[in-house]
Amino acid sequence: MSVLTDRAAVQFTGVAKQFDTGTVALADVDLSVGAGEFVSVVGPSGCGKSTLLRLASGLSRPTAGEIALRSDRIAYVFQDPTLLPWRSALANVELVGELHRLSKADRRDKARAALATVGLSEFENQLPAQLSGGMRMRVSLARALVLEPDIFFFDEPFGALDEITRLRMQEELQRLLHTATFSALFITHSVSEAVYLSNRVVVMSARPGRILHEVAIPFDYPRPAELRYQAEFGQLAGEVSAALLEGHA
Amino acid sequence: MSANQILERDASIIRRTAVPARNNAGSPARRRLRAMLGTIVPLAAALLGLLGTWLLVSYVLLNPDRREILVPPPQEVLTTSFLDWSHVQPMLKALLLDIEVSMTGLVIASALGVLAATVMSLAGWLERSLYPYAVVLQTVPILAIVPLIGLWFQYGFNARVIVVVIIAIFPMIANTLFGIHSADRGAHDLFTLNRASRWQRLVKLQLPAALPSIFAGLRISSGLSVIGAIVGDFFFTQGQPGLGTLLNTYLLRVQSPDLFAAIILSSLFGIVVFAVFTFLSKLAVGSWYTGAQSRSDDR
Repeated sequence: MSVLTDRAAVQFTGVAKQFDTGTVALADVDLSVGAGEFVSVVGPSGCGKSTLLRLASGLSRPTAGEIALRSDRIAYVFQDPTLLPWRSALANVELVGELHRLSKADRRDKARAALATVGLSEFENQLPAQLSGGMRMRVSLARALVLEPDIFFFDEPFGALDEITRLRMQEELQRLLHTATFSALFITHSVSEAVYLSNRVVVMSARPGRILHEVAIPFDYPRPAELRYQAEFGQLAGEVSAALLEGHA
Repeated sequence: MSANQILERDASIIRRTAVPARNNAGSPARRRLRAMLGTIVPLAAALLGLLGTWLLVSYVLLNPDRREILVPPPQEVLTTSFLDWSHVQPMLKALLLDIEVSMTGLVIASALGVLAATVMSLAGWLERSLYPYAVVLQTVPILAIVPLIGLWFQYGFNARVIVVVIIAIFPMIANTLFGIHSADRGAHDLFTLNRASRWQRLVKLQLPAALPSIFAGLRISSGLSVIGAIVGDFFFTQGQPGLGTLLNTYLLRVQSPDLFAAIILSSLFGIVVFAVFTFLSKLAVGSWYTGAQSRSDDR
């Protein structure tokens, strides 16, 4: 039986995952993401953060427990932009519509709109190899946005970007949050990224991953870039970091 | 003592002196010309070296009575063969036939090869049961089955094409299969998340991802198809003669200059075919496939 509490978009109930190799990636995880809520998960590398997303999106099945989703309109943003190198930026965004068999005009309009949202309209005919790392990630974001999903899964999407691009991408994503009405589960190993973007930050322990601590982030959206340098922000980041260190010991 | 004096006294100092920027040769046209010369000059030099060696062997190492038979000098190959229409005309006709045979065989081998690899990629058990036989096809010496092919398909055009197909198909199968398996894992996840059908996955992900490998296979197979056509000529002498047939005839009649001319012609044929398919490959996937997929993260 599904146990989806009121207003939850994603709910993990007693979820565990053991790989065929015997490795226990996750042990007894209870976690819910509310409708319209942005939840980040931070934890040491190899703690099963990404597994959490693979389970929630259906790419993999849990070995115990249950995961319930409010909607099947989900989007997944991978660690790498995962663009098809032979397709232009526009054609890459259009791919999702193609797979869902939308009409050509419809999927093209939607793809153009999504590219405009991430500010890449002028680059729609460029191949991925002609774009910078940050631009490729924005195409990847546009592709996730194109069918207006209800639930977003982000798997360390900015992990491979340089610091300046990374901060700029966080600001852009956060600007999108302000206008859109989706729920998001965001995996990262950056504490400041998690605090800056989220309504709530969840701290996981080293393998087998379990949830150690949750920190609510009270700031309103849109959040200014300077928020990162304010005392309250620092305090919250410190609380998350302390929990992380505790789990690592 | 000034800093300069200290530097001068110390003999072990390492100096990184400035070199002015070359500001490379203005216009793109000139740069292209320079690049072209950079390719042609070494090639021409090697060719001259080859001709020199040829002359040396002809005139210095061999007695005049043996020279004409074993290594006729280049100018003689030129005058008695290439410049004599009655000699060169049958060679050109033979070349045309070989072009027809090898290209027909190559088209069939490519189509069958890509198809076979696609079928194998559909399921692990299909690949495990079929691929070993493709390998067998590659390892059985072609000369061992050629007589059988003649027996079954007569000794003319069809038999020659079949020899080409057998020789050229394996690189197509192996490369296509490798290419189909090379599609990115993340891209596969993306297709899974969007509930792509098997057909969509094949047509929109796996086959495009395989294109660079398919073209790599095509380059290898194109060269093999030339070899196949000439090997076929040797065995199947019915109908029009091919270059292989002529090579055999010239050898038997001790027409050494013609033999050399035919060898040069078949080599040129092979080189041109390889160059054409290399060019086609660049045309087809050069825009997005950079081999190592160089990715710079800042710009």
